Amino acid sequence: MTSPDRQPSDPGADATADGERAGRVPGPARASRSSGPPRSPDPSDLLRPRARSERFVRIFLLVCALVSIVTTVGIVVVLVRESAGFFAEVSLADFFGDGQWTPLFDDKHFGIWPLLAGTLLTTLIALLVALPFGLLAAIYLAEFAPERARRVLKPALEVLAGIPTVVYGYFALLYVTPALQRVVPGLAGFNALGPGIVMGVMILPVIASLSEDAIYAVPASLREASYALGAGRLRTVFRVVIPSAFSGIGASVILGVSRAIGETMIVAIAAGQQPRLTLDPRVPIETMTAYIVQISLGDTPAGTLEYRTIFAVGLCLFLVTLLLNIVAHRLRRRMLKGGLT
Amino acid sequence: MDSALATSSPTTLPPGCGPRPTATAGERSAALTADDAAAHPAEKMSTRDLRAWFDKTEALKGITLPILERRVTAIIGPSGCGKSTFVRCLNRMHEVVPGARVAGSVLLDGQEIYAPNVNPVRLRRRVGMVFQKPNPFPTMSIRDNVLAGLRLGGEKVPDPAGLVERALRQAALWDEVKDALDRPGSGLSGGQQQRLCIARALALEPEVLLMDEPCSALDPTATARIEELIHELRERYTIVIVTHNMQQAARVADYTAFFHLGELVEYDRTDVLFTRPSRQRTEDYITGRFG
Amino acid sequence: MSAPSSRTHDLAIRRAELAPQRAFQAIAIVALVLPLLLLLFLFGRSLVDAWPRLNWDFITSFPSRKPELAGILPALVGTTYLMGLTALIAIPVGLGAALYLEEYARPTRLTRLIELNINTLAGVPSILYGLLGLEVFARVLGMGRSLLAGACTLALLLLPMVILASREALRTVPPSLREAAYALGADKWQTLRGVVLPMCLPGVLTGVILSLARAIGETAPLITIGALTYVAFLPDSVHSGFTALPIQIFNWVSRPQAGFHVNAAAGIIVLVVLMLLLNGAAIWLRARLQRRVYW
Repeated sequence: MTSPDRQPSDPGADATADGERAGRVPGPARASRSSGPPRSPDPSDLLRPRARSERFVRIFLLVCALVSIVTTVGIVVVLVRESAGFFAEVSLADFFGDGQWTPLFDDKHFGIWPLLAGTLLTTLIALLVALPFGLLAAIYLAEFAPERARRVLKPALEVLAGIPTVVYGYFALLYVTPALQRVVPGLAGFNALGPGIVMGVMILPVIASLSEDAIYAVPASLREASYALGAGRLRTVFRVVIPSAFSGIGASVILGVSRAIGETMIVAIAAGQQPRLTLDPRVPIETMTAYIVQISLGDTPAGTLEYRTIFAVGLCLFLVTLLLNIVAHRLRRRMLKGGLT
Repeated sequence: MDSALATSSPTTLPPGCGPRPTATAGERSAALTADDAAAHPAEKMSTRDLRAWFDKTEALKGITLPILERRVTAIIGPSGCGKSTFVRCLNRMHEVVPGARVAGSVLLDGQEIYAPNVNPVRLRRRVGMVFQKPNPFPTMSIRDNVLAGLRLGGEKVPDPAGLVERALRQAALWDEVKDALDRPGSGLSGGQQQRLCIARALALEPEVLLMDEPCSALDPTATARIEELIHELRERYTIVIVTHNMQQAARVADYTAFFHLGELVEYDRTDVLFTRPSRQRTEDYITGRFG
Repeated sequence: MSAPSSRTHDLAIRRAELAPQRAFQAIAIVALVLPLLLLLFLFGRSLVDAWPRLNWDFITSFPSRKPELAGILPALVGTTYLMGLTALIAIPVGLGAALYLEEYARPTRLTRLIELNINTLAGVPSILYGLLGLEVFARVLGMGRSLLAGACTLALLLLPMVILASREALRTVPPSLREAAYALGADKWQTLRGVVLPMCLPGVLTGVILSLARAIGETAPLITIGALTYVAFLPDSVHSGFTALPIQIFNWVSRPQAGFHVNAAAGIIVLVVLMLLLNGAAIWLRARLQRRVYW
């Protein structure tokens, strides 16, 4: 009977052991031990003294682990508390019914839709870029790429995700938008198109990497079954493999969307600060995240209604991304369990 | 000692080997003569109806066995018969595995080691262990490896250099590494690593040394060195060695216990067990009919 | 149905059948490589644009109203202090949490809740950490718009990454070594401190360095807690105001004058160089770890 190779647990069965033994040698003095009769056993030798240090260590480490829970609770409490203050003055009907967002003007409107629309628009454009490119990259890497190419290209794609978003914002504003202005008539200096495309490049690795994992995970037996029926490579990939990897691919898309929705700097730099209820990618807009940045940069005093708007917007953002992440997590669990679509 | 065992039950001891009451060091040294020691070895450890489980699986089904002082006791048997589990119960390492349970009694010098107020960590200072695969600490030098048992426990070592030399000499490794004590412990050959682990265990001056298939990962030359070492160590330490190699048991052990399917089938002096076993199963095993 | 004499012909692979597959592969490769090339091109352009301003003077000057005179010294210093402070906070907490989860935790509901939390936090937009830091660290705990508040916020942001990396590092320590220590009479904490932690420390550090490489570009949370965008001094204590490289870049990009855009490009180059250095350090550390030579 071999012992199962699980990590050995506590060596002292009740998790208490002598922690303060410095200088103390158990048993009688051992001045000369190299030879001679065995020392007489001292019954107290084996007895367990009270040990606090072990418990101490455990509690300290538990506290460290609880920091994560405290963080989540902290975020929720902060958002909810300040939003409560906000919604005490602005009704939910106004928040979801008004088509304008002008908290800083004299004529104040608190409708969230312009910000939501801005976020949605940039996200949609990002998806239009990231999905086809990402999926194609994933299929290539999982199905066709030789091992050497895969080892180089996969990390290369990860680099795209590691670039600071300020840098992407700079690219969007100063390189991409001017280049687009030559082909798109009526494209303003601040718009949704430029940052949207750049965001697409940024989330491409998310979709590519997770989709690739999903496609890779499709069992060889399915592919072989398809080949055995006389299907060619492409047909197998598109008719058999991808549908089987659907949960994983779906999860990757949702995670990419979540990432795009939460993205701040690219849109803060390049999309503008004009909340506008529109789906026109050529005009300045403002996203939820950019709004929070805008207020943070200004001098809005704490405790005012205007200050509280950033928490109300933040709460919206939190709920949307949380929901998306939960759905993605469920889909990935299904994929890992081997469920097909 | 003759074949009076032929008709007795498998778990009785050979005549002349009974438990003796524990005596003080002085009494004992006075009483012990060479003949006495040979004819009446004391029981250093013993188990009574020891059972052990891994979750729901019963790995040991009631083992009653003495471990005689300053003798080498070998535990043999086919894979999965519970040899390692048994030995790991002797220093309370079995319970380190999640889901493991023990019942029954294990005595060290007459004291129950599974009593609720016994500190297993302290027990392991008196009952040391060497594992199948040598496991020196890779982050430590050879010197630090030898001292590891004391250092980990937070003890001050009065004469580290002396202790290191003594332990390495006892493990027959000193001459090979005395000029390289600062090299990492993992840089040695397999056989040397295992001797380093033995030195590490001996540095704590245990009374019993448990060896769980110590040679199975080593080549024949290294194995021979370790077997030589066991012969030397036996003067000072009580040794229990688990081995799947019957010839090894025949070479090094004074007493041998044969386990099968979690049960103790037979226990006797090695020469008797291998030449006139009293159980059919034992005979089948040592003649190679199974296992 | 062809005549038997042309049967073998039927089985031969026709060029035309391979064409769609070859075409697809070509398209896919293009799809993969295009964004990479685009990025390379954009970086190249920014390097060209930054060139006139990439000199020692730029690195050692303070910001100014005149783009030609503005430099990134306070931002560079701020980023350095910030990263150091963040690491100081994130390492013990992250390592402690990882130790608890890997070594002490039993599979109870609390443990599952903690692990669920860590995974959830990894997906929260970074600006929300900024809101948390603004309320809790800057206001309630009274740290103000200080380096300390920024470091605490960033540490929370990095925590999931550090915990993940630490847990992986802890798992690489083989159970046989723990058993060896237990058999020598060490208790759990002694084993962790004397055997396990020294072995996994390089792995933990690698994870921390990689997290820092990510943190160095974080802008949104810092802006939200009130990091300054125009700083004419060097931070002198953990309680002083500060700025950071990405914030300085953001500030310059937001100005209409073209001169500042050049500065922004130069700042980007500096930032990217720093990131490459950090990533390089992590890779070097990992290579050192493979050889298992301990200093």
